[in-house]
Amino acid sequence: MADFSWLSKFPKMDRSTLLEIRKYLDGAFRDFSREYGDAIESFFDPLLDFLIWFEKLLVQSPWWAVLLCITALVYFASRSWKLSLGVVISFLLIGYFGMWQDTMRTLSIITVCTLLAITLGVPIGILMSRSNRTQALVTPILDVMQTMPAFVYLIPVVMLLGIGKVPGVIAVVIYAIPPVIRLTNLGIRLVDKEVLEAATAYGANRMQRLMGVQLPLASPTIMAGINQTIMMALGMVVIASMIGVKGLGQPVLKSITNQYFTLGLFNGLAIVALAIIFDRTSQAYAKRSQKHIQGGQHD
Amino acid sequence: MTNDSQIQPLIQIRDLFKLFGSKPNTVMPLVREGLSKDEILAKTGHTVGLKAINLDIKKGEIFVIMGLSGSGKSTLIRHFNRLIDPTEGQILVEGLDVMKLNTKQLEQFRRSKMAMVFQRFGLMPHRTVLENVGYGLSVQGVDKATRNAKAKQWLETVGLSGYEAQYPSQLSGGQQQRVGLARALCTDAEILLMDEAFSALDPLIRSEMQDQLIELQKQLHKTIIFITHDLDEALRIGDRIAILKDGELVQVGEPVDILLNPADDYVEAFVKDVNRPRALTVETVMKPPAFRLTADTIGEALKQMKRIPANYAYYVTDEGFQGVVCQEALENAVKADEQALMEDFEVEPLTPISQDAPLESIIPATMGADYPLPVIDADGDLQGELSRAHLADVLSDFYSDDADSTDNTDNTDLQKSNLTNKDK
Repeated sequence: MADFSWLSKFPKMDRSTLLEIRKYLDGAFRDFSREYGDAIESFFDPLLDFLIWFEKLLVQSPWWAVLLCITALVYFASRSWKLSLGVVISFLLIGYFGMWQDTMRTLSIITVCTLLAITLGVPIGILMSRSNRTQALVTPILDVMQTMPAFVYLIPVVMLLGIGKVPGVIAVVIYAIPPVIRLTNLGIRLVDKEVLEAATAYGANRMQRLMGVQLPLASPTIMAGINQTIMMALGMVVIASMIGVKGLGQPVLKSITNQYFTLGLFNGLAIVALAIIFDRTSQAYAKRSQKHIQGGQHD
Repeated sequence: MTNDSQIQPLIQIRDLFKLFGSKPNTVMPLVREGLSKDEILAKTGHTVGLKAINLDIKKGEIFVIMGLSGSGKSTLIRHFNRLIDPTEGQILVEGLDVMKLNTKQLEQFRRSKMAMVFQRFGLMPHRTVLENVGYGLSVQGVDKATRNAKAKQWLETVGLSGYEAQYPSQLSGGQQQRVGLARALCTDAEILLMDEAFSALDPLIRSEMQDQLIELQKQLHKTIIFITHDLDEALRIGDRIAILKDGELVQVGEPVDILLNPADDYVEAFVKDVNRPRALTVETVMKPPAFRLTADTIGEALKQMKRIPANYAYYVTDEGFQGVVCQEALENAVKADEQALMEDFEVEPLTPISQDAPLESIIPATMGADYPLPVIDADGDLQGELSRAHLADVLSDFYSDDADSTDNTDNTDLQKSNLTNKDK
């Protein structure tokens, strides 16, 4: 009589083969990281230098100078006294509660991550909008980036680069970049065909169409993507702190392991304050740069 | 007119084919074999967009391409500046083969030769009205001061001064299309492509825009290719009209040709709904002036009058039409002084009608006049006459044609034709 046990029990690979595969892959990656780890690390050196420089700038400058700069930036981006006042109050509170340094560190790494995500994400989004094939290729990669638990890709990154700022930035960018890519692509694809056709009919070349029509018209959508990217980057702060990124994440991590409820709450609230400031400022800026959308719509 | 037609046409389209589908070139032989659009779609999944189009467009004319939706008219106009590339065929502009241009040359060609006006305006919502009008120039790299000055001037021409700093969304549809028109004119391109430019506007604004276009054309003498699905519009503004059906040209001709000699049933069905009294001018239906007096004295005039069968005549001098004279009045005048000069004779004044006036506008005057109305040209010379009876005949013909040629004529049309027949 034949063996029908596979009907009740899933026929799985035997343990030794699986072990073999894991061993093989782990070994291959270990060899790879031994071989190229240094080269890759030195490739990221400029980024690390910049990160350190920027963090020093924020941490070592007098607090009132930093606060003045931030408030001025927020005001020029949003032209809103209310928001600027809110920024001053939240930063004063943060400082008063002893979180100034951590907040500056988080601010510096988030700023760098966001800039990196935008400079990488927008061009990728543009390429994606140009051809359906690129879109079909990139979309599943973005899906993986968004759904794969961050801890999983932290492992190879740490194996390659060790713990520290750069792997933290890479992890945050991987997690936070999909929205800006997706929404850049979507925004450009949604640009009114007739407007684009008009530009072509008047002899605009590719660059003139992109800079003069596609990007400006897609900018509300792109700005929404950037906004999402900032929010997701802030959300990664705690996870990034696990691989040695200093900032507001580390006290939170500490409070989880030691059950310090208040410490966690204060630092969490500081992250929330940063998130709200980033969000309101970038949205107010986006709205202001879209003058044609607000104001008297003709019916 | 004869001189014009001998000059080489500005734009020539030769054997233009456009197939939509994945492998158009492999399907071309089937199209050449003469398979119908439906057969090709069923066999190969390709859609025939345009089939064997040949067109000559003369410099300075308004050339209207008309057809229903799906007839390929918007596809055709996009071939002129190669927004769409043909599957086969030649497009010559001033003898230059547009198909042979590379990307750079094509951009240059679009910048300098042609400007386009779009159905849904195609304005850039993030630019002000002034920046929109100057867009063509900004693409060419013209500096800001120059293009703003020029844009301002064109905005004034289309009647939108004061709107420079507004955004398109703040304007009404008609105003937006004026901006579209100003943008097209601002590049000084010789050829204007207008893709259903007025179709999205409501009827009143539309006819206003048509008038404005005709006015502008009188000063600018552009070559305008105008797409429309509205035959009334085509007849109103077109110097020549091409009718497109299922991607094929059915008839090309002047408006009167199309109206009076439709090439086939399709055109005829089209034409039947046209408001002919509005579309036709007096010139097309008037009769030669039967009776004219040219005598110097009253006696002479009476002699001329007695030779003609009617008891009235138009008095014409070197300066053109003067008035109408009836036999009775002449006889009375002769009794007083046979040698009196006609100049001094009091002719009955009768307002003549212009040969270029649409029939519609002269119906009341003609119906109310005692004599057939004299028709004069722009110089005031007598060209013909239009009698009440003849006009009634012509008008009732229009309506009874309708009643005969269609089975589903609606009641109002029937009533109309009955009424006019009764009048007769």
